[in-house]
Amino acid sequence: MSEVLLEVRNLVKHFEVGGGLFGRRRGLVRAVDGVSFAIRRGETLGLVGESGCGKTTTGRSILQLEKPTSGEILFEGRDLTRVAPDELRAVRRRLQVIFQDPYSSLNPRMTVGEIIAEPLSVHGIVRGAGARRDRVRDLLRHVGLLPQHGARYPHQLSGGQRQRVGIARALAMEPALIVCDEPVSALDVSIQAQIINLLEDLQAEFGLTYLFIAHDLAVVRHISDRVAVMYLGKIVELADRKTLYDDPLHPYTRALLSAVPIPDPELEARREHLVLRGEVPSPLDPPSGCVFHPRCPLAEDRCRRVVPELREVKPGHWAACLLV
Amino acid sequence: MGTLLDVVDLQTHFVTRGGVVRAVDGVSWDVAEGETVALVGESGCGKSVSALSIMRLVAAPAGRIVGGRILFKGRDLLTLDEEAMRRVRGREIAMIFQEPMTSLNPVLTIGRQMTEGLETHLAMTPTAARTRAAELLSMVGIPDPARRLPQYPHQFSGGMRQRMMIAMALACEPSLVLADEPTTALDVTIQAQILELMKSLSRRLGVAMLMITHNLGIVARYADRVNVMYAGKIIERGTAREIYANPRHPYTLGLLRSVPRLDEPRRARLDPIEGQPPDLSRLPGGCAFAPRCAFCVERCVVETPPLRPIGASSHVSACWEAERVRAVREPAAERTSPQGGSRT
Repeated sequence: MSEVLLEVRNLVKHFEVGGGLFGRRRGLVRAVDGVSFAIRRGETLGLVGESGCGKTTTGRSILQLEKPTSGEILFEGRDLTRVAPDELRAVRRRLQVIFQDPYSSLNPRMTVGEIIAEPLSVHGIVRGAGARRDRVRDLLRHVGLLPQHGARYPHQLSGGQRQRVGIARALAMEPALIVCDEPVSALDVSIQAQIINLLEDLQAEFGLTYLFIAHDLAVVRHISDRVAVMYLGKIVELADRKTLYDDPLHPYTRALLSAVPIPDPELEARREHLVLRGEVPSPLDPPSGCVFHPRCPLAEDRCRRVVPELREVKPGHWAACLLV
Repeated sequence: MGTLLDVVDLQTHFVTRGGVVRAVDGVSWDVAEGETVALVGESGCGKSVSALSIMRLVAAPAGRIVGGRILFKGRDLLTLDEEAMRRVRGREIAMIFQEPMTSLNPVLTIGRQMTEGLETHLAMTPTAARTRAAELLSMVGIPDPARRLPQYPHQFSGGMRQRMMIAMALACEPSLVLADEPTTALDVTIQAQILELMKSLSRRLGVAMLMITHNLGIVARYADRVNVMYAGKIIERGTAREIYANPRHPYTLGLLRSVPRLDEPRRARLDPIEGQPPDLSRLPGGCAFAPRCAFCVERCVVETPPLRPIGASSHVSACWEAERVRAVREPAAERTSPQGGSRT
């Protein structure tokens, strides 16, 4: 088993809301409420869950784009929550991100070549305009673009090509970890597979580690080595890919998997569908006990009172449910 | 069952600075009474414009229906005057959009938005319309409808808004509902709730449905027949079972093979469709899919293939090489460590 590259310990991120113009009661959004996991070097950890479950906030906290309320984020042995601001820049180089919408994350007034070259000069990774041009061409090739794409502007590219530019820009920094936040969900089905294959190729070639945040369970199964399922700010289940998909323990994971329609009419006609009632409660006022209990088909009286700990039910298989 | 809607050689074009975009380029399909038909395809294939064309809601002056017929219960909707068309919209054909928030009026209460159609189309009194609106909300599973009616759309969650859109669509008991990506903006557990609701209501009320989506799983679960669109044309049609078990167009086959599936062992690599969808204002001659197609032969780049029957069934494919296209299942292998070939 290889070394741990990133370890998140008891991460909490609360946002204060209200108290504005009309002086309404201030509230606390418990976006991330005590999340712990580790990612080993060279591994892909999938983080799945529905909107508002805290998966993106977890990613942004790791990237230091949000300041955590509490908890530790150990990256290459250093706690990022305590790193001095001037040191943070060096750390950030090793920690890159790919966003969902490549269009809104690329400067429309810069050419693709300039977008990729900028971090190379800002961080002093490649010195000299000529060397930078070579490096940009090299990066374009790695992400499946042609040298002439470097002279184009983002709006002249398709969605899939723009996502390739986003990947090249992240790659330029020679990162150890890339947080991929819904990197394919804005793309058409036929293009998604191109980008997923590219991410896998680059991982093999450069020994990258990915935190892959997504809501598409089939895509996450394809790309991840291990998978964590989040619900309302907490991890409810974590296991290696095969175990999680073949033998899910948490009722929420089971419901999620059952809700995904499979492209096979005969199978769909036979399959039993577990449809969850209700909706995700507000993180402003999460339910008592297990946060999933109001929607859980198995909930008992104690689920309303006792908060289940994320515990290792079987070796490597963690679940936060009183009933497993 | 009789034919409810028969679209014949529909052509909808948009005039842009880059030239004429043939968004819908000579498309024919039909929906029988009570049937659920899917229009599947990726962005820009013309599926949404097809639905807007039926409602005659294509944005003029850039967009225009330039040819074809839309026969609804035997009448050509394209020949109706605006007044007659208004009586069809909402009353006989209703539409559900992807993002309910942009199709609801944010400054009118839910109650007002629901009663408006009932009063206009069914000439109900305000009191009767209000009672009916509450019934409809409870039919789509919105608890405590009397309390909900005076509220505004922003006070509803995404799932609740979509339930309300369904209630509004069914309010005048239409015979056809056009659902354009009705669950794409929703989370997967809410998506399942909404789709089950739509299915049970359409069965119970005998409403036919045109389901427009890019999600092949949703189509498999809910559609009786499927039309696959690419670059403004239908390139394959059949029953859901025919299309999934035996795709006979390379694009359909490519779509099905490019998505990872939860019911199959994990594949080492996905099989994407290489290249990009074409620019609709500069379509190549011949088959629009030819530049991305593994089955492409010389004839494909010069002559546009028409839809033609495959075997004895209703299954049709617009591919010269349809007989060669087979759904070959790869030997799938579970992989334990990250790997991958190099890309050139």
